Amino acid sequence: VVVKTLTGNYAVAHAVKLARVQVISAYPITPQTSIVEKLSEMVEKGELDAKMLRVESEHSALAAVYGAAMAGARAFTATASHGLLYMHEMVWWAAGSRVPLVMAVVTRAIGPPWNIHVDHQDIMDQRDTGWIIAMAQENQEVLDLTLQAFKITEDPRVYLPMIVGLDGFILSHTRAPVDVPDQELVDSWLPPRRQPYVISPETQLVMGNIAPDEDHYMMRYSMAAAMESAKRVIEEVDEEYGRIFGRSYGGLVECYRCEDADYIAVLMGSWAGDAKVGVDMLREEGIRAGVLRIRFYRPWPRERVLEAVSGAKGVIVFDRAVSMGSVGPLFMDVAQTLYPTGKSLRGVIAGLTGVDVKPEMFAEEIRAFAGEVEEKGHVYDPARWLVPEPYRRKYPPKPEEVVAR
Amino acid sequence: VTVNIRRIPKKKFIMPGNAACPGCPETMGMRYLRMALGDNFVMVVPAGCSSVIQGIAPKSGIYAPVLNIVFAAGASAAAGMKAGFEALGKEDVTVVVWAGDGGTGDIGFQALSGAAERDDDIMYVCADNEAYMNTGIQRSSLTPYGAWTTTTHTGKREHKKNIPLIMIAHGARYVATATVGYPTDFIEKLQRASKIKGFKYIHLLAPDPIGWRFDPAKTAEIGQLAVKTGFFPLFEYVEGRFQLSPLGRRYKDPSKRVPIIEYLKPQGRYKHIINKPEEIRKIEEYIENTWRMIDILEKALNPQEEARKLVGGG
Repeated sequence: VVVKTLTGNYAVAHAVKLARVQVISAYPITPQTSIVEKLSEMVEKGELDAKMLRVESEHSALAAVYGAAMAGARAFTATASHGLLYMHEMVWWAAGSRVPLVMAVVTRAIGPPWNIHVDHQDIMDQRDTGWIIAMAQENQEVLDLTLQAFKITEDPRVYLPMIVGLDGFILSHTRAPVDVPDQELVDSWLPPRRQPYVISPETQLVMGNIAPDEDHYMMRYSMAAAMESAKRVIEEVDEEYGRIFGRSYGGLVECYRCEDADYIAVLMGSWAGDAKVGVDMLREEGIRAGVLRIRFYRPWPRERVLEAVSGAKGVIVFDRAVSMGSVGPLFMDVAQTLYPTGKSLRGVIAGLTGVDVKPEMFAEEIRAFAGEVEEKGHVYDPARWLVPEPYRRKYPPKPEEVVAR
Repeated sequence: VTVNIRRIPKKKFIMPGNAACPGCPETMGMRYLRMALGDNFVMVVPAGCSSVIQGIAPKSGIYAPVLNIVFAAGASAAAGMKAGFEALGKEDVTVVVWAGDGGTGDIGFQALSGAAERDDDIMYVCADNEAYMNTGIQRSSLTPYGAWTTTTHTGKREHKKNIPLIMIAHGARYVATATVGYPTDFIEKLQRASKIKGFKYIHLLAPDPIGWRFDPAKTAEIGQLAVKTGFFPLFEYVEGRFQLSPLGRRYKDPSKRVPIIEYLKPQGRYKHIINKPEEIRKIEEYIENTWRMIDILEKALNPQEEARKLVGGG
């Protein structure tokens, strides 16, 4: 084991190298660029024996790694924000083909106006595509998740592609100590690539020509089934990784002080670290709060969420994205999961477009929510916008935004 | 190198039950493709007629491995696929993109341009039926001047985009034009291209009886007329050297050409302009301009030919 100080992006590159990826293709976009820069350097220095396609767009980047994967090679790409949106058509095509592929998404806001800072709107745009979607909290987890992604996607019970999400700049460009596992250990843990089929002169297979609608329906059904079985695979891989490499993260979700918590904040990505600090502050005040960090957004860890919040009085969801005209996407998933429990629920839309949310603000929001629940007995409030300073005084939350039941 | 079509194995490449229209030029072209390349190739097919011609899964009307791909990603998926084969030590597999004119000159052009510039080791065949035929005859940038389509009811007002010349401008290793009217010429070009490592582009004119409104028995004949009238010059550009193909060389001389009206008349898509001399004149001007460019390329990019002419006093 070598401890290096790595940015999140370099942690991705090291994991890709350790996984012995054979074909890489990407197009520059902030804040992803340093992943592809580092990988190019590794390839050119001969440290990584991979083909590198420096393509003319993200659409082509995903198409290229998809083509490579369909030929049977282990392949990787990375992107962010507008690049991810530009790929979107290929994102669906790759998942529908059931081809194992790994993509790093460095989360970034979507314009206009141009904005390179973090939010989760770009990754949420891929929610329904059939990709496994994971989000890291810190750089070590970025490396570990990226490495695990190859094992998860190439498991015959899964055979779906996977996005490893890391927050733009907060992780991508911030250095932190990262344990880089030994190559021999990775080689003994990660088996040679497996995939459901390849297109080649030997197989003479055809992929993607028109099929009867009923067959197509059953393909969608089998993807949903694969998502369900992926839950088990993800947890197995996390446990096994812990045994071999010494780090486990709790599988689909991570619970922080949830066990005895009355109020639990649900969120994903790097700002979970700030939420945890906020929860510590509340604990000192005597408010029993906890954080449930969603590590895997797809497949949605319904069972784990139910378990984790079973003892809580209220759940407050922090969304770093919004479905315009509706509520935060993470809130939707939490609300549909907790519907049978009748627990108090609040959805907070915050941190969009890179607006920072500090630990005190998490504490303040959770404290206010706890107070309302204690006072009213039950709260259901799906979309509270956490308006940033200095707009706060100008646009205080309207009373009708807080719906009591 | 000449091709004796009788010596090519008579394997069935296009299977019964495929979904092509009567007189389809694409199935003709695909048959020649397989005849030229044998077994060791994979087709990448972006959206278009060829996606549908394959018929209904789990069966296929084409006896070849096919990766169907989204409209804009033919060249890039193929480039990645080739890289995948190379990474696995299967360098000898030829990856062929089989795309239509829209998938090549419009929505797929960015990926095509990228692959050509990177010199990715793929073969790109554009089966050009001069409109979006699969969606029901809408104009593309490769629809010629005057042609009726369902989005140009009074005839297209712009000329055809010249993709082969654009590919030459990319410095592609191999660029050629061909038509299903001359199978041996097409097969020869495919075989020559397959021996070159790097980016290869073949533009196959594919006269479409449905969209062009002609008798489905005349697909090959219309393809030949496109060459004989000078509308579609046959040429090859190999590693920087440009030359007219033997079959079409004589039509460089305008006096040897069949009058353009003979090409336009059988095609119902030109019905509304066939009696308008000023419209016909526009198409003649297009032909003249095309040959002017061909002439320049031939002079500039065929040093041996030039030297021969100089020695011969020409």
